[in-house]
Amino acid sequence: MVGLDPQRSPIQAQLEHLLTEGRRAGADLVEVFLERTDHIGVLAEQDRITSVSPSFSMGAGIRVFKGGRDGFVSTDDLGDVGLLKALDQALAMLGLERSALASAARFEGLQPLRDFAAVKHDWLQRSPDLRTSTDRLLEGTALLERLGQHLEVRRGSYARDWQEVLVAASDGTFARDIRLHQSSGLSVLAADGDHRASIGRRYGSSDRPDDLREWDLKASAAEVCQSAATMLRADYVDGGQMPVVLANRFGGVIFHEACGHLLETTQVERGTTPFADKVGELIAHPAVTAIDEGLSAGAFGSLSMDDEGMEAQRTVLIENGVLQRFLSDRAGEMRTGHARTGSGRRQNHGFAAASRMRNTYIAAGPHKPEDLIASIDQGLYCKSMGGGSVGPTGQFNFSVEEGYLIENGKLGKPVKGATLIGEAKEVMPRISMCADDLDLAAGFCGSVSGSIYVTVGQPHVKVESITVGGR
Amino acid sequence: MTSSAQTAQAELQPIDVAALRDHLQSYASREGIRQWDLGASRSTSASVQVDRGEAKQLKAAQRSSITVRVWNDQGLVGITSCTDLSPAGLERALAGAREASAFGNSEEIPAFSPLAKAPTPELERPLQPARGIQSLLHTLKDAERQLLARHSAMDTVPYNGLSEGCSERLYLNSEGALRQMQRTQASLYLYARAEEAGRKPRSGGAVRLALGSDQLDVAGCIDEAANRTISHLAYQPIPTGRYLVCFTPEAFLDLLGAFSSMLNARAVLDGVSLSKAESIGEQVAVPFLSLHDNGLHPGHVGAAPFDGEGTPTRRLSLIEQGRLVGFLHSEATARHFGVAPTGHAGLGAKVSVGPDWFEVGTSDGMSSGNSHLHHARSTDTFVLIEGLNALHAGVKASQGAFSLPFDGWLVQGGERISVESATVAGDIRELLKAIVHLEEPVVTHQGVSPHVWVEGLAITGDA
Repeated sequence: MVGLDPQRSPIQAQLEHLLTEGRRAGADLVEVFLERTDHIGVLAEQDRITSVSPSFSMGAGIRVFKGGRDGFVSTDDLGDVGLLKALDQALAMLGLERSALASAARFEGLQPLRDFAAVKHDWLQRSPDLRTSTDRLLEGTALLERLGQHLEVRRGSYARDWQEVLVAASDGTFARDIRLHQSSGLSVLAADGDHRASIGRRYGSSDRPDDLREWDLKASAAEVCQSAATMLRADYVDGGQMPVVLANRFGGVIFHEACGHLLETTQVERGTTPFADKVGELIAHPAVTAIDEGLSAGAFGSLSMDDEGMEAQRTVLIENGVLQRFLSDRAGEMRTGHARTGSGRRQNHGFAAASRMRNTYIAAGPHKPEDLIASIDQGLYCKSMGGGSVGPTGQFNFSVEEGYLIENGKLGKPVKGATLIGEAKEVMPRISMCADDLDLAAGFCGSVSGSIYVTVGQPHVKVESITVGGR
Repeated sequence: MTSSAQTAQAELQPIDVAALRDHLQSYASREGIRQWDLGASRSTSASVQVDRGEAKQLKAAQRSSITVRVWNDQGLVGITSCTDLSPAGLERALAGAREASAFGNSEEIPAFSPLAKAPTPELERPLQPARGIQSLLHTLKDAERQLLARHSAMDTVPYNGLSEGCSERLYLNSEGALRQMQRTQASLYLYARAEEAGRKPRSGGAVRLALGSDQLDVAGCIDEAANRTISHLAYQPIPTGRYLVCFTPEAFLDLLGAFSSMLNARAVLDGVSLSKAESIGEQVAVPFLSLHDNGLHPGHVGAAPFDGEGTPTRRLSLIEQGRLVGFLHSEATARHFGVAPTGHAGLGAKVSVGPDWFEVGTSDGMSSGNSHLHHARSTDTFVLIEGLNALHAGVKASQGAFSLPFDGWLVQGGERISVESATVAGDIRELLKAIVHLEEPVVTHQGVSPHVWVEGLAITGDA
């Protein structure tokens, strides 16, 4: 397939034809998202490579807006006929037809291309080749063997995702980008008699071709092995209501699930967020300032532009506990009135963009992490978090992979099997202390527009009381 | 309907298998590739969502994908996937697979399934015509209207969708195997939200699947979504403790599915299963429990006559009288265990194995001895778990542990009180041995299972 660089192919004329036809048929706005990808996944188990999985794809997503509605069609066919057929389908969904020439509305032409890809053209070539990838993973599993105990399974994984996108819309939007995401991880299963512990750590970056080469494998392997050794004989936690301290980095999943999703305009549209009419009001403890942005260099959720061609920006969601604004995409702005924030994101051309988080974190506070722990008589310290989710009523949950009891202001024995649950409206005012050690962690977020790369983050935070599910 | 509107209906151009095979064979011969196989799929679909009487988003998609494997001169296997079924796409995929084959695992080399040319079962799954997107929209708007009319506290149906689609799958290899199938499928889901003054919002929902959108049980879906949502309005916190628990069929199938690695030969060989090769014959559950995987079940809308390696699908016994009697297999794992492939493989560099359609039931001629337990009639105090949430986060499949939020009720003297914000936790191995009763099996959209009663599970609430 030819690339998506308009200067090297006749693609601009093809797009302008589509947009003109869509507008003349009566659409308020037509948007075309073109994409091609080159992906590779590698898996090492014990001391051999067990899977190398390359894949590539191309396709288009065409969206037509009319009134408050939109029709979206995706296709793998980027030929003239395929794209026109997709446009016809999208128009027909809204009762529009090209042949009807229903509208005198005009398309004024595309603006000059904003080409974020221009400086990234060699990133695919600069990414690690297969030999480098496999060698690095085998180095990682060998380190696990050297540093770990009672390890029955050692795994290393790597994925490189290169994506070229071109967005054109009848409001003149014309933008191109190349994205490069790499994620790598180490995991182990430790077992000794009836005791078992599975521990994994994943790392991710964007726009850093040398990331795999620079990965500190020894530190990562040591962290995984240490955690596995600690958790192997840990008891299951006793459930109940208690104060908790959540560690920095992936602890940020609490804000992502408890509040971040509820500040997306997709939730405002559905009526599933309790914060819909709370802009300017106190919705969290005054200790909490929360930000979502696409700008942190190299962070997994960073973007040069979103999937609707809008440049990334920094969005303060909550400042000192007061709700400032929502994350909004094109449809969200149209349906809710909240201005776009460069947050229109999608997994691939098979999904219409929706308002989604990017790099989302709670800002650092004035305390030291040990101050938070010292303030608790009986509670739980959550050092490492698993995944989580939020439901249609704002009830959230996430699991604790590595936890410790807090007893009389000090860390006690390790415990496992905890799940934290709660409701956003109730838990946000209970985040009462933030430490000064903000850090970010890479993750994946699945929602209405598919699975996307995100960053979560926070300093150590204290939650005054939360339900801890256990045995 | 206008001619343009008709183009919005799902329509599927069949894959030209002869041309595909000829091109692959020609390219492979030219490049000296003697052994290869291919899995391909193509689909069209249309779906609608509504919001308080208005169309929200209408979607359609055409998708295609192929996965090719090649065996190189050293016999090592490489793979590549792509969305481009054109000759250029096929050639690029084959070249990529050959490049990847240099990194093939010499310790475990996949082969063609010995059953790739065996007869496949006949499936009674007649293709259904597509109704078109405007008709879907009309149906969904009406369903939303009916659902919202059921109770004044129900203000929205924030999650809803109605879709129909047609798909085609094929498998072929350089030894002449050829599998091809088409199927149609439709789905409807309705998740309502309700809120009463001074109370927390509550939600409930239902799903229906069918071969075509005309066959969907729309009324049943509305009833179930309404009843579930309304029944959770009068919620109360539940005290933390150990309870007699009854899982609905859907909840138990979800839990079993999350721990299916204990039945998966691939996971056994990789050391990440709770089972080991020598676990066959072990008592893993109460004697009155049996478990089969049956991708051919008449209730299985997504049934396929063959798996990713071309192996015919069949009914497979996994647990009989509480004893583990078999695993789910691919060609490679079956060869390792000295048995036949079971029809549960994907297609990949490292072939995955997964369950298709579980059937949970009572072992022939056996009884729990607790037939007084019934989810609708029992006067015992118990927790009825309707749905488990966040299985991706709360299940540790390789450890056996789970800690999961749930939707359900505390039932006392026959009265149901909706449970607010609670989790259930335990160990799947202990749970399977703590089952105290199985009711009559029910066919759900995801498998067959009775209501399953378990003694002494830990529930954490905030009362």
